[in-house]
Amino acid sequence: MKIRHLEITVGAFMSVGLLALFFLAMQISNLSAMTSSEGYEVTARFDNIGGLKVRSAVSMAGVRVGRVESIRYDQESFEAVVSMRIEPGYNQIPEDTFAKIYTSGLLGEQYIGFDPGGSESMLVQGSEITMTQSALVLEEIVGQFLFSKAEEQAME
Amino acid sequence: MLDAIAGLGRKGLLALERLGRGHLLFLQIILGITSLLPRFGLLVTQAHAVGVRTFTIVVVSGLFVGMVLGLQGYYVLSQFGAEESLGVMVATSLVRELGPVVSALLFAGRAGSALTAEIGLMKATEQLSGLEMMAVDPVRRILTPRFYAGFLSMPLLAAMFSAVGVIGGYFVSVGLLGVDDGAFWSQMQAKIDWRDDVINGVIKSVVFGIVCTWIALFQGYDAVATSQGVSKATTRTVVHSALAVLVLDFVLTALMFGD
Repeated sequence: MKIRHLEITVGAFMSVGLLALFFLAMQISNLSAMTSSEGYEVTARFDNIGGLKVRSAVSMAGVRVGRVESIRYDQESFEAVVSMRIEPGYNQIPEDTFAKIYTSGLLGEQYIGFDPGGSESMLVQGSEITMTQSALVLEEIVGQFLFSKAEEQAME
Repeated sequence: MLDAIAGLGRKGLLALERLGRGHLLFLQIILGITSLLPRFGLLVTQAHAVGVRTFTIVVVSGLFVGMVLGLQGYYVLSQFGAEESLGVMVATSLVRELGPVVSALLFAGRAGSALTAEIGLMKATEQLSGLEMMAVDPVRRILTPRFYAGFLSMPLLAAMFSAVGVIGGYFVSVGLLGVDDGAFWSQMQAKIDWRDDVINGVIKSVVFGIVCTWIALFQGYDAVATSQGVSKATTRTVVHSALAVLVLDFVLTALMFGD
């Protein structure tokens, strides 16, 4: 009877511990949202990706449809090649979709936003998005602004 | 002059010898698993003593640590208007650092000291020699089950600490401070990575479990067989475990999250 009591409490302890791990996996971390092997992959080239990172969101109309899977640098074209994994449910994305890098909020992280085009054919595994817009880099904007101001003054 | 140098050398040699004994004992304990597997009941008994009895203190402190994190985090984050990130802050600090570290410290205080006192007393009352007289290896019979019980319990305790802490943080931030319920969870899920954060936390707690139980067992087994020796060994267990946990935590954090 004593041993039985011990076994029951230890069993309960173990299951509470495993339950806690399960809770950490499902409720606290992003394991439930992981779809690393499903879906299809598309690539896009950007002149400048700013602060985009692997696992950043890819969204359409504000809804997350996939994630950035890898980022590499092409030495020949001097561009960043971003490959994204789109979830299998979203397979009706026109081929001439525009990919832009946005910032969420003023200081938030960067993500890729898709603006759908009007083409009849859809993006499939391995497609490349040709129309892209780079991230806005604050220093560049400020630089351009100062430059145009100086130009205005010179005209006067 | 020469005496002082000799004294220093003797101390150094003794410390080295002790370190060597500790590692040999560790090896013996690990290898003892072959005789543990046929007698699984021993492990259950020890898991009860080491794990189940530490459950209450870990869960209660986890709850309060999470609640304090919620309150303190809110104070700082509200100055930036970023209350929605409270969930991320609470969960990151718990899963990465506080869960494994604080539960290991509690484990060393609650279970480690008990292990040392128990084994030290066994040695002082010559029960260990008695076992040896009966051709029973005390390392395999007494130490191995306790070691594996600690090794298995520690990650579970750390996971419970983190989970309960997040729930405590949730109660304070959503219930008390009025942070948005959805933002609390969704930001947390977006920012906390299963492999980078949760698994690394579990690895930490496994390491801490091994180190704390090892220190406790060695201190008990190596204690001077008097009541004073046992009391000294128990103190050393808690001090050495706490130091080892904190230093190892720095090393592991630097390795895991350094880049």
